Amino acid sequence: MSDFQTALELRDAIAAQHCSSTQAVQQMLNRIEQVDPTVGAYLSIFADRAIQDAKRIDQKIAAGQPVGPLAGVPVAVKDNLCTTFGTTTCGSKMLEHFVAPYNAHVIERLQAADAIIIGKTNLDEFAMGSSTENSALRKTVNPWDSSRVAGGSSGGSAAAVAAGLCAASLGSDTGGSIRQPASFCGVTGLKPTYGRVSRYGLITYGSSLDQIGPLTRDTADAALLMNIIAGHDSRDSTSASESIAVKPDYLADLKQPINGLRIAVVPTLNAGAEASVQNAIEEALKVYQSLGAERIEITMPHFDYAIAAYYVIATAEASSNLARFDGVHYGYRSPNAGNYIEVYSKSRDEGFGPEVKRRIMLGTFALSSGYYDAYYVKALKVRNLIRQDFVKAFEKADCLMLPVSPTTAFKIGEKTDDPLQMYLADIYTIAVNLAGLPGLSVPCGFDAKNLPIGLQIITNAFTEDKLLRIGQMYQSVTDWHKRNLPL
Amino acid sequence: MSLNYNIIVGLEIHVQLATRTKMFCGCELEFGQPPNTRVCPVCLGMPGALPVMNKAAVEAAILTGLALNCTISRFTKWDRKSYYYPDLPKNYQISQYDLPLAENGYIEIPLEDGTSKKIRIRRAHLEEDAGKNTHTLGNFSAVDLNRAGTPLLEIVTEPDLNSPSEVRQLAQELQRIVRYLGVSEADMQKGHMRFEPNVNLHITQDGQVFKTPITEVKNLNSFRALERSIACEVNRQLDEFLATGKTLQIGNKSTYGWDDVNQMTVLQREKEEAHDYRYFPDPDLVPVAVSDEWLSRIASRLGELPLAMQQRFVRDYGLSDYDAQVLTAEKSTAVFFDAAVRCGAQPKRICNLLTQTGLKLANEKQTTVDALGISPGRLAALANMVEAGQISATSATVIFETMTQTDEDPAQIAEQKNLLQKNDAGEIEALIEQVIWENQKAVSDAKSNPKKAKKAMGFLMGQVIQKSKGQANPKIVAELLNRKLMA
Ligand SMILES: [Zn+2]
Repeated sequence: MSDFQTALELRDAIAAQHCSSTQAVQQMLNRIEQVDPTVGAYLSIFADRAIQDAKRIDQKIAAGQPVGPLAGVPVAVKDNLCTTFGTTTCGSKMLEHFVAPYNAHVIERLQAADAIIIGKTNLDEFAMGSSTENSALRKTVNPWDSSRVAGGSSGGSAAAVAAGLCAASLGSDTGGSIRQPASFCGVTGLKPTYGRVSRYGLITYGSSLDQIGPLTRDTADAALLMNIIAGHDSRDSTSASESIAVKPDYLADLKQPINGLRIAVVPTLNAGAEASVQNAIEEALKVYQSLGAERIEITMPHFDYAIAAYYVIATAEASSNLARFDGVHYGYRSPNAGNYIEVYSKSRDEGFGPEVKRRIMLGTFALSSGYYDAYYVKALKVRNLIRQDFVKAFEKADCLMLPVSPTTAFKIGEKTDDPLQMYLADIYTIAVNLAGLPGLSVPCGFDAKNLPIGLQIITNAFTEDKLLRIGQMYQSVTDWHKRNLPL
Repeated sequence: MSLNYNIIVGLEIHVQLATRTKMFCGCELEFGQPPNTRVCPVCLGMPGALPVMNKAAVEAAILTGLALNCTISRFTKWDRKSYYYPDLPKNYQISQYDLPLAENGYIEIPLEDGTSKKIRIRRAHLEEDAGKNTHTLGNFSAVDLNRAGTPLLEIVTEPDLNSPSEVRQLAQELQRIVRYLGVSEADMQKGHMRFEPNVNLHITQDGQVFKTPITEVKNLNSFRALERSIACEVNRQLDEFLATGKTLQIGNKSTYGWDDVNQMTVLQREKEEAHDYRYFPDPDLVPVAVSDEWLSRIASRLGELPLAMQQRFVRDYGLSDYDAQVLTAEKSTAVFFDAAVRCGAQPKRICNLLTQTGLKLANEKQTTVDALGISPGRLAALANMVEAGQISATSATVIFETMTQTDEDPAQIAEQKNLLQKNDAGEIEALIEQVIWENQKAVSDAKSNPKKAKKAMGFLMGQVIQKSKGQANPKIVAELLNRKLMA
């Protein structure tokens, strides 16, 4: 069996007993042992547990018992999703040895679907970053070029799929953290609508922006995973009620093209990307036009303010969300503390990395008395204006297409000394989180350095089914997503 | 030199709501349990855990707001109040900042002179309680989070209270109200109700008005401590003003603690700390919309409030204010009393039976009068027998007690126990003749020795009642005996 089978293919092969889950998992573990020392996708591997789970699934299948929709398929999850097995580190020294007392909602859903959780993947510390270089625990490289970053913050989840170290994975996206690494690593990544997937058990970065989503080989796998993880959960108050937002079967109509698809593009925005990216996007648009789609040029007048608004809102929420990591109840406690104030200050000083501290300080400042109106309240106003931009865009078009990132994967260390440069690279992804919309990244070409380029497709809230169909239209006539690593 | 002063007191009150579960998680509210056994990932502030609003707590808060004549906000939200303390696991408290659930109301309190006074309520909002730090482990402190997440209603009054007794009256009236509503056990010793008075004086000296610096008093765990602490503060502030002339200025509010052993207030903090709580809307929770339908459903649970009931008992039933107050101290007594009166009996008779016997029995059995096993109808029947002279007051007590043990009506019990009074004049007259015949000496004393007349009369009465085996109605005996001796 190939290392690059899709989750659906593998599931069907296991169900048909063409191969066993145990074999598939064992092969994956062998490959991880071989490749991951170079890639650095994983923070923890559950070899024994995965084999045991696989054997149990194989027995069920052999006995003809009903199994879940991901039965026996090895998947990876980002290490900011709580699991009662292994550690949940968030890529931080603060939680390096933390074992969660409960499983995240999506973990429960994967288990109920009989998926095999093979390991947990690396990330920028507390999901803060765009390159996975901010992980305090491990370095992850881009499987296409080990001198380059995998993107972030779900860099480990993207690299694991790209390198054939799992069939599919889960990541989280606060400002582009699924779509951008998917684009850098040449895989498919979906950030669902805010509220579509329960955040229960996702270690929070920016509560009003975070969303869990799949990183996969193609749109069909993304649809398969959405069928498993999407839907209402009463433990997350921001989880959408299914009476308002019905959860469809994402696989059911996936192969049905959208007739008369109207695609909005923002020429002024695309012009900000490097030439290879611009060209790839133009080529992709031509593919859609050849399928009968109409191209409509629009403006998004408030897009330019998205980064500023995002870095106020996300950091404000983060400064409060991360206050609980204080060395008192769990996590890292400084051995150098002499009193309880020092338990706080020293544990946080020693436990958090520089980017996390930078964002906590930014957010604390934005919420401080005297600055709240000038920063936080103003950022909320911008957020509303950006939402309005999208509302207007969707009056004219079914979807918006633009690059995921202005560049392909950059060199490791290239931007670490210039955080602002790093923030600006989020220009194409951030507005989607501010507006709470679904966004899909699909591979749409390679640059001259043979680095993958991603096309971003955005649709209206709670229309992931349509979004995936639009992605599927492209993948059914192109093979960028099937280009595997030169081994 | 002329000097007089007004006492100005406003209260900040925390009422612990007696819901089954905590404010934002499913942990049951049980007190006196081993430390950290009534906790879950949510109230422990575990990473990734999310709060879910307890609707019952919101309803209890709205109900209280309605009882306090407040305007109920039709749209409200949850805010995070940030500060670091080991008993606060998230290092922020979920509270309500600029949109409290209830505002602009008043509480009518009974005064000692029988009149009442309206004290304005500024606002009432819901929040979660913190845990408890204990310091019994030497160099380390221990944190118990069983209490963390308990719903608290914070009520803030305007500074409308002008004496220590008014403050106590308000506290007692509020206790009575929340117990009537069934929203809190309101036991001050157990910390279910915590009062923090803000006290100062407006002193008029030689025609000029001076305001003394405000002090906040803490650690008050009884009504008596609350009342005395105000009296102490009045004297202390007056002395301080006369000695130093210090007046109210921004930032010179201080905090005093109540020392119950020495019955005095003790300085805790000289200056108010400049806290920046960095309030902002909690992005993990959704705003609360209070619909007409929901509000009227809650309002239908309001019922008659204790002071209104007390006033009605005086007005309609002709009870003394004291009796009415005793009967309305607990809702169960008041409702039971009212029901018995409505069954058709003289209110004062029922009041006497309840206050002299019913409450005593209930107290012995640690229950309420309505749970003694006597219906209001039977109590009314008993009261009517006393009223008609069929039984004595002493017998009524015996019958009352018997009624709690058997299912028989009072007339049956009176007959079985031979407690019916003889009201037949002929029968009693015969007994009187006999007694007069047997006690000639006493008869002559009663008739003609003014020094011994009263004693002799009493002796003769006793003899008659003894001969009737206690069943002769004393009223009739006295009347007939008098008539006989006068003849
Ligand atoms: Zn709990």
